[in-house]
Amino acid sequence: MLSRTANNLFWMARYMERAEFVARLLEVALQMSGMKSREGRTEWNSALIASGCEAGYFAKYDEVTARDVVDYLARDPDNPSSIYSCLSTARQNGRSVRTALTVDTWEAINGTWLDIQVAGRQRFAIENLDNMLSWVKRRALQFNGAYNNTMLRGDAFYFCRLGTYLERADNTARILDVKYHVLLPEYEQVGGLLDYYHWRAILRSVSALRAYHRFYRDRISPWNVAELLILQPQLPRSLRGCYDQVTGNLDLLAGQYGGQTGECHRLAGEYHARLRYGRIQDVFDSGLHEFLTETIDRSIVLGKEIQRFYLM
Amino acid sequence: MDMEQGRQLAQSFDEMGGPGGDCRPQYRVIRSWLDGAESELLRLKREEAEQLFRQIGITFAVYTEGGDPERLIPFDLIPRILDGQEWDYLERGLVQRVQALNAFVADVYHEREIVKAGKVPEALVLHNESFEAEMQGFTVPQEVYTHIAGIDIVRTGPKEFFVLEDNCRTPSGVSYMLEDREVTMRLFPELFGQHSVRPVSHYPDELLETLRSVAPERCSGEPTIVLLTPGQFNSAYYEHSFLADEMGVELVEGSDLIVEDAVVYMRTTEGLRRVDVIYRRIDDAFLDPLTFNPDSMLGVAGLMQAYRTGNVTLANAPGAGICDDKAIYTFVPEMVRFYLGEEPMLNNVPTYNCAKEEERHYVLDNLSELVIKLVHGSGGYGMLVGPRASEAELGEFATRIKAKPEAYIAQPTLALSTCPTFVDTGIAPRHVDLRPFVLVGDRVRVVPGGLTRVALREGSLVVNSSQGGGTKDTWVIDLPEEPSS
Repeated sequence: MLSRTANNLFWMARYMERAEFVARLLEVALQMSGMKSREGRTEWNSALIASGCEAGYFAKYDEVTARDVVDYLARDPDNPSSIYSCLSTARQNGRSVRTALTVDTWEAINGTWLDIQVAGRQRFAIENLDNMLSWVKRRALQFNGAYNNTMLRGDAFYFCRLGTYLERADNTARILDVKYHVLLPEYEQVGGLLDYYHWRAILRSVSALRAYHRFYRDRISPWNVAELLILQPQLPRSLRGCYDQVTGNLDLLAGQYGGQTGECHRLAGEYHARLRYGRIQDVFDSGLHEFLTETIDRSIVLGKEIQRFYLM
Repeated sequence: MDMEQGRQLAQSFDEMGGPGGDCRPQYRVIRSWLDGAESELLRLKREEAEQLFRQIGITFAVYTEGGDPERLIPFDLIPRILDGQEWDYLERGLVQRVQALNAFVADVYHEREIVKAGKVPEALVLHNESFEAEMQGFTVPQEVYTHIAGIDIVRTGPKEFFVLEDNCRTPSGVSYMLEDREVTMRLFPELFGQHSVRPVSHYPDELLETLRSVAPERCSGEPTIVLLTPGQFNSAYYEHSFLADEMGVELVEGSDLIVEDAVVYMRTTEGLRRVDVIYRRIDDAFLDPLTFNPDSMLGVAGLMQAYRTGNVTLANAPGAGICDDKAIYTFVPEMVRFYLGEEPMLNNVPTYNCAKEEERHYVLDNLSELVIKLVHGSGGYGMLVGPRASEAELGEFATRIKAKPEAYIAQPTLALSTCPTFVDTGIAPRHVDLRPFVLVGDRVRVVPGGLTRVALREGSLVVNSSQGGGTKDTWVIDLPEEPSS
């Protein structure tokens, strides 16, 4: 396969995943809007930070308002991480490798893009936000369903999966990191109503609220939330779940290419082992924030190594 | 409709009605189907067709300001129909013409016998913008230069077919021929049941066979073939990806290829892989920055050296575009006689060369009745249709021709044939042309039909998609033998 093709597949999947992530962030923010956290930050601030859009936003706006954040994160074509930009970049990547995609995958991605073209500014307005966000989530599900169900089990498929799960791991780490202050043990005694809503919001943003009850059958506690989202192998958005897929697909690629491995395989394996054999107590002891920042940094390095080994 | 347009349409040969206004046999089924179809049904079918095209992503980038940068070429539902006998004649004429064109390019870059024989002026060849000095004295695999040719044909009567221009550089449009068929079959399966329409969908297989057959001599085993595109912002990108997909070959950009020791490789996830045949859809000038345009970001440094060393085949060959020149065009009938010793089966449109004083005077005196074209123009840009032009436009072209006569040719305004077309006001005749595609490798291959382009505006003779033209599915049907009366 052409390196450029692999590169496009990888980024196509990453950007679709990112579009869904931004939609999930906005969904949480919308549900929580009105409540202020201890530092006086709103959920709109959190959404900006978790999506890495804070600097870009403040270059354009002076203060955080719901309307502006929604516009910047959902519609603004100047923001490369807005939902609109992600869908458009995903489609551009898909368009240049159409020959490597199945018809269903292409139609899922192209149909989404065509729909968003006709959607006027109004559709992105805060009044319509809820509808619009569930639409984005549905389209992302359609894309994931299409490529997972129709693509040949070969390198093209593995590169897509690699993109999806590396991005997802990064996203889970980011959303946890933004909320780490409510998960820190020192606040456990506080345990007020506000924290309770925050934990629920975190869980809901990664579709893990039900999973939580299933695994813990208990009141929501920060330790358990962190354990679930970091170490639980059964949860498809946990760091562990994502890295199972990242290492698995890197191994499949190596298998298809005659056993060749590189630094990306070692890095992914090393980090995977930590998630697999680590304990949540150790994560908290060494600092949750430090752990998550390191995770984000590592996923950046891993992305670069994958790039170097396969994509250029 | 003004008087001029009325006259134009009245003079035109209608491919369904024929000269008498009856229905010609090849259109009978379509005619009775159209008589029974409500406008509303046609409108619905047209929407359905548009939906299908959008879904599969067929768009065409048009270089104008504003508007949708990826718009659809309008597709007309009603097929254009040729009967088997008409087509068989056309096909023989096409094969003959393309063989002569290929022989001409080979001659141009070797002995130039046709110039020595005084049939084609030397200056026209050597000072031609499309002449590539690089190609002189180098023999290409199988001596094929024009692997893929698109020959534009217009019709003015039942047996009157004329070649309007030859496209031997990198002709496009074949994907529309294939998709138009695909969509027509999905919309009207019942019509295909009533006709024996000759298939076209094997074109990609024929193209692949053609490219395989011209692999470099030193390539042993199955050649690795790639399609080289300028990238996704090129107007024909859809076609490039479509053809690569249908042939099962890699669609590469310049940056995917690298030349080492005069061998071309592509960068893959498993390292470098050797490339044997390149179906290139980028212009000569951008192929290799070392040889041609040094600023080209699209090409591959060292490609020409690899080509001349015999390590890779380029299709079409650089320099084949000399055939597309509208001044060279006037000599094609002569080429058929010179190289093949045959009389040309397909005629040229009479063409006046503005570089010749006598013909220029005629052109300037009769501007309002002629079509003026740039010698090196394409896509319908920079042309003037005399009978449709305003006084101001006529004056402007007269000035331009006087200033640079060698840049212009003129042709009589032909009454292009019309076909029934579904437009806003219902079904009405619109002018059409035809671009069949001819493949040259170890043998010549032509799929029956081609791309029919239709001028959707009433009375318009300009069919180019960049100028608001549309396309139609083109059927070659074999009529059942009728008992002679």
